[in-house]
Amino acid sequence: MKKFLSTALMRGLFWQFVGTLLGAGLITGIRAALGLSVTDKFFFTEPAWVLGGFMGVLFFLGGNGSVSDWFKWARGIDTPEHHEERYSGWEKYFNVSLDHKVIGIQYIVTALLLISIGGLFALIFRTELAQSQLQFLTVDMKLFGQNGPQLYNTLMSLHGMIMIVSILLGIAGIINYVVPLMLGAQDMAFPRLNAFSYWVAVPAAVLLLMSLVLGGFGTGWTGYPPLSARAPVGVQMFFLGVFTAGWSSILGALNVLATVIRMRSKGMVAMRMPIFVWAAVATSIIALTATQLIGLSFQLVMFQRLFGMGFFDPAKGGNPVLFQHLFWFYSHPAVYVFVLPGLGVISELLPVFARKPLFGYRWVAMSSLGIALVGFVVWAHHMFTSGMNEYLRLPFMYSTLLVAIPTGVKFFSWVATLWKGKIVFPTPMLFVLGGIVVFLLGGLTGPPNATVSVDLHLHDTYFIVGHFHDTIFGGFVFPFFAALYYWFPKATGRRMNETLGKIHFWLMTPSFFVLTFGMMRIGLLGMRRRIVDYDPALGFDTTHLILTIAGYLIGLSVLIFIYNFFNSIKNGEIADGNVWNSRSPEWQVPSPMPTHNYDQPFEVVGEPYDYGLPGSKYVEFAAPAKSKHITKG
Amino acid sequence: MRHFVIVGILVIVMAILTYVGLDAVGLMPVEASLQAVSIDHLWNWQVIMMSFLFALIFVPLVYSLVVFRRRKGEIGDGEHFEGNTTLEITWTVLPLFAVLAFAYMGAYSLGEINRVDPDALSIKVKAQQFTWTFEYPEYGIISKELHLPVNQQMVLKMESGDVIHSFWVPEFRVKQDVVPGRVTEYRITPTLLGNYKVRCAELCGASHAYMINPVIVNTQADYDAWIAEQQAIAIASQTPEGKGQLLTVKNGCTGCHTVDGSKLVGPSWLGTYGSIRKFADGTSTVADDAYITESIRNPLAHEVAGFSPSTMPPYTLTDEEIANIIAYLKTLK
Repeated sequence: MKKFLSTALMRGLFWQFVGTLLGAGLITGIRAALGLSVTDKFFFTEPAWVLGGFMGVLFFLGGNGSVSDWFKWARGIDTPEHHEERYSGWEKYFNVSLDHKVIGIQYIVTALLLISIGGLFALIFRTELAQSQLQFLTVDMKLFGQNGPQLYNTLMSLHGMIMIVSILLGIAGIINYVVPLMLGAQDMAFPRLNAFSYWVAVPAAVLLLMSLVLGGFGTGWTGYPPLSARAPVGVQMFFLGVFTAGWSSILGALNVLATVIRMRSKGMVAMRMPIFVWAAVATSIIALTATQLIGLSFQLVMFQRLFGMGFFDPAKGGNPVLFQHLFWFYSHPAVYVFVLPGLGVISELLPVFARKPLFGYRWVAMSSLGIALVGFVVWAHHMFTSGMNEYLRLPFMYSTLLVAIPTGVKFFSWVATLWKGKIVFPTPMLFVLGGIVVFLLGGLTGPPNATVSVDLHLHDTYFIVGHFHDTIFGGFVFPFFAALYYWFPKATGRRMNETLGKIHFWLMTPSFFVLTFGMMRIGLLGMRRRIVDYDPALGFDTTHLILTIAGYLIGLSVLIFIYNFFNSIKNGEIADGNVWNSRSPEWQVPSPMPTHNYDQPFEVVGEPYDYGLPGSKYVEFAAPAKSKHITKG
Repeated sequence: MRHFVIVGILVIVMAILTYVGLDAVGLMPVEASLQAVSIDHLWNWQVIMMSFLFALIFVPLVYSLVVFRRRKGEIGDGEHFEGNTTLEITWTVLPLFAVLAFAYMGAYSLGEINRVDPDALSIKVKAQQFTWTFEYPEYGIISKELHLPVNQQMVLKMESGDVIHSFWVPEFRVKQDVVPGRVTEYRITPTLLGNYKVRCAELCGASHAYMINPVIVNTQADYDAWIAEQQAIAIASQTPEGKGQLLTVKNGCTGCHTVDGSKLVGPSWLGTYGSIRKFADGTSTVADDAYITESIRNPLAHEVAGFSPSTMPPYTLTDEEIANIIAYLKTLK
């Protein structure tokens, strides 16, 4: 217990608490001196909470030691290039580590924790929706200064943003763990920046959860003003949390790009990189260049509230529609940030389990870049009903439909990869296949939303909710689980239980189909999104009850996964060899991976996915070198 | 070759079955406007395309999983082929044509639903938390129900008093946001007599789910009769109580306060006048003229137990208007 309390995580949280009180106290003191009010509904005033929240983040990072090397350098003190690990066992994961594999696992476990919280929120409001009328989130109940419908709106909004952050952390985790191993690098290009990118996400998650108890914010994760300009103080914590989490995403993406450009092994030219690396590059280009816009748009609303700057207030010459442009300029490409790594996992794993080369490697690689680039010019398709200039709707319809082309290339290539293979079905492959089918449904239900006139009906309905969950489950959740089952032996030297894995898959997949088909069905018939209650006259009660049951079954399947995940770390079947008979370099050495990765560097001598070509090799390891760590250029 | 023939046949069968199945289920609500016809027409093409593409990917996928699975005791890998440039170009270029075709159809359909009838009648719509108000300027009518004559293009000029709302009648299909600081237009030609509901489709606050008002499509004769009846009511309501009631509709008060005793965001007005109001801080007072005036002009002055006053903005009404509202409240017993 004492060891746990002195970990970097707990020290950070302690200092975040202190920093929050100090920041809030500072503003409160200044206000008292100026004769302004010093307390409000949630004890501190809004400006005090905002500075407190901000200083809390700074104190967290200062207090847990993730920036101490930089301070040492600034003071002229040298630190060793690599920190030798000071901790072993579980302690390693609760302290600041510079090892990309440790950071990858920190990301993944944090993502799983946030997925559980976001999922719990979803089950709470899903339960309320099981029947029309209000059952337990009633107008009379009060919690955290909110009545039932207000709490519903907060939980629904937080479900969105918590899940988004968990997805960003989840993909960062997989990329962090896998990409340096695939490239043959000893670590990421900037190990300290890597640690910083992870640790800054922790206080961000705390801020997001703080918004729940500070009055919440019933605006949806989109936070459109003027509604967000009138929301309780919780919305400021939400803005700050997203702003902070954005740093994690931007800096992480920078690191991935630098690593891929600079740290590939000998012979690994662009067209011989593992396909997942291409996906990581595509997603990082978006995350590096677009994330700023959501931070900016939320910051403008924050300043509108704090300083009366009327950016989006028509009474002061502002424009509420401008916010939507700024917001969606990131938030649409963001969905490609979520799905591109997942689609990369599908392309990476499919050849291993089909025992065949990836069909059309170059086309699959380029399609990721294609999706990423087209994704930058489609944002206003979220605004067809918004009242923006009429003529803008046509170009955005054309550009949005274009996304179907590179996406189609991926589907056709996957099917052609399976064709005439010798397909095997361990748990990771099941999730890969589930991902393909679910993403197919998400993909097919996309173009109707892109054609303006049909979208005027579909917009803001449950059809969109169903479509969106199909794309995210197919593009992220299924591939994420596939990746965890697949690389788990690499990280631990043990494998996860196959039977539990299959139960997880066969419980989650049908439930999920029921959930999204049901959502889309009632959405077309008139079910709006983001409502706490629906008209019993619509006749949706039975469907909603089924949707709620399906939601609980998905929750149960994820619980089984989490049990399997943590139980297998200690009790899983030993698997230290090339479990999946893969050609990828990380599987050519024993598991788990040693701290500084490969003992000998490898050279790329062939194509990555030449399964079925006798005698071919992807990588060749150099003869044991005399000195251990060879520095690379 | 045998595989391709089987898969080809299965794709066609699957595509047809999927489309027929979806069509038989009936995906859309009834068509009650000219615009809905155009939208449903395009939607139908999209369902055909979705069914075909679903079959095109799903069938060879499942076929491979069954036919090309590794059987018991088998070892070794699949056939070694890495790609086919002709195929890749084909499945890049053909979808491009499909995309262009659908974009063209989408643009055409948008043009159709936006077609302006110069004889369109206009109605003013005001959206605010959490109700809709409809004003027929040439008749001097203000109503909480939207009455529309059948087969006549109507243009709704919509304004918001607070946050963004969105006007949606599912049977009409078209949806349009109502944005503070500007007037947005919603053009519709109802074609089917009946009672519908307009539901706010953009999250607008705690009672967003209940921002629903009736929409009634009448024959021209019934519509005219309704207009005449409303005009008579408008004239008859020149009493203080009548003016007061009209004011509460016009200002959207009834979006949060009911007159039948049920509870929304704000307290019901039934029996409020002259009653004893209990506050969150434990004090209480009698709801007299002074208290009601204060509650309208400065809602934050008192927090009635069980309610959150911060959701109500202050209203600047004249003394006479407030006197009329009080006269109306006195009738709610």
